[in-house]
Amino acid sequence: MTTDTPSPIKAVPVRHHGRWIAAVLVLLLAYQIGSALLSSPNLEPHTIGEYLFKDFVLEGVRTTLLLTAIAMLLGTAGGVLLAVMRLSANPVLRVSAAVFVWFFRGTPLLVQIVFFGFLGALLPRLTVTVPFTDIAIFDQPTNAVMVGIVPAVLALSLNEMAYAAEIVRGGILAVDKGQTEAAHALGMKPGLTMRRIILPQAMRVIAPPMGNEVITMLKSTALVSVIAGRDLMTAVQTVYAQNYKVIPLLAVAAIWYLALVSVLSVVQWFVERRFGRGHRATSGGGMFR
Amino acid sequence: MTAMIRAEGVRKSFGQLEVLSGIDLQVNAGEVCCLLGPSGSGKSTFLRCVNHLETVTAGRLWVDGDLVGYRQRGDRLHELREREVAERRRDIGMVFQRFNLFPHLTALGNVMEAPVHVLREPKAAARQRALALLDRVGLADKAHAYPAMLSGGQQQRVAIARALAMRPKLMLFDEPTSALDPELVGEVLDVMRDLAADGMTMMVVTHEMGFAREAADTVVFMDGGVVVETGTPEQVLGDPRHDRTRAFLAKVL
Repeated sequence: MTTDTPSPIKAVPVRHHGRWIAAVLVLLLAYQIGSALLSSPNLEPHTIGEYLFKDFVLEGVRTTLLLTAIAMLLGTAGGVLLAVMRLSANPVLRVSAAVFVWFFRGTPLLVQIVFFGFLGALLPRLTVTVPFTDIAIFDQPTNAVMVGIVPAVLALSLNEMAYAAEIVRGGILAVDKGQTEAAHALGMKPGLTMRRIILPQAMRVIAPPMGNEVITMLKSTALVSVIAGRDLMTAVQTVYAQNYKVIPLLAVAAIWYLALVSVLSVVQWFVERRFGRGHRATSGGGMFR
Repeated sequence: MTAMIRAEGVRKSFGQLEVLSGIDLQVNAGEVCCLLGPSGSGKSTFLRCVNHLETVTAGRLWVDGDLVGYRQRGDRLHELREREVAERRRDIGMVFQRFNLFPHLTALGNVMEAPVHVLREPKAAARQRALALLDRVGLADKAHAYPAMLSGGQQQRVAIARALAMRPKLMLFDEPTSALDPELVGEVLDVMRDLAADGMTMMVVTHEMGFAREAADTVVFMDGGVVVETGTPEQVLGDPRHDRTRAFLAKVL
């Protein structure tokens, strides 16, 4: 018997030839695409630089961010409400929430946006009366209400509510049933149980997909350009319709969207780490080597 | 003696499956009642009926004189509203097999939750009481630990403190030691013995024959959804009258 600790193993590591081959292929491809793009006479890098921080572009970016923020806030709030309705014991609430989700998930966002843009054609006046009487609580011409970013906000939020509802519902259902029982056994009412016990735990499941929703929403706002929604896309479209510098201006928009999404991705990473505390280590390393 | 729990012909079915087929029993204030019996005998279901986590299908069940889940007007029963059921449950503590601590709250947060949000106690007072309760179950030093950082035995003791924080008049234990490593069972049973000695009315579903023998005033042996026999621990565990009880005890003792 020897008491010496064995010397550390010095083995020849496995050679990863595949990595070298992959690197060469990727570089080749990147060179091909890059040179093809730069050889185009219409990319005009100096024009991109010229427009990147123009006032109308920055104004568009501001509106895009505003639309994203409002639509996500309303969408998430409505989504939580719809999710709780769908899981409620009340059949009327359950079915109405399901119908709402069915409708707004079942029609394209683009169609909804155009629809809200032209709502005045369907309903010339928006009127709310006391049921079975002629007493109007609210009565305005539709086109006086649907001004500025209002139709865009409506379409984006209502659509987001439907998707958020499904995500929140999944999160609530992922919380162990024993949690509800424990809360009820302590004399907590259903509403309090949902607010204090279930939703905080559901957040861990809800946060990652909602982060994706924010990113998707930021890009979806570009769709409101079809009703002149004043967003970034509308801004560049308006200008390239006049000066025909389509490619450089689209590149300006793309650069802004990419930059904003990159910032959001970093935020998402931190948020997920916060809610995943104590559950699993978010370490690097892929599934494959 | 006032009856804390009184059951008359309590039945419970899940669809076609009848789990309780007419339970009659009584637990007086200050008594400890242990429910014994094989898995599937309906012990846990009966326990869950007592605080209306399960709805009784037939028969009558009273806790401290109040009909569970209903209000009687003349000869008609009216279902209680969720709010009223919640109010009744405040006075009944429950400890679960799987602890069911709130994982997003610390031990202290778990114990303070219901006093602050259900009883609307001032935070400072609730905190004082919660710390005293954690001390009572021997976990004063774990007040700021999250459940995931505690052993099973520690989690179950926090769960007991959490239930006690509502100052219950009745404590229900649903196999409180069945999910624990054998070496951790003792610490939980010690807390329960202490509670029983303090005069708490308790109904305990358990497989711990030692605990039943020492701490119980009444032992109820159930099988197939009915009470097979009831009596003092000496009588039911020492000298069972029914073959079914004898066969069960021969296997578990």
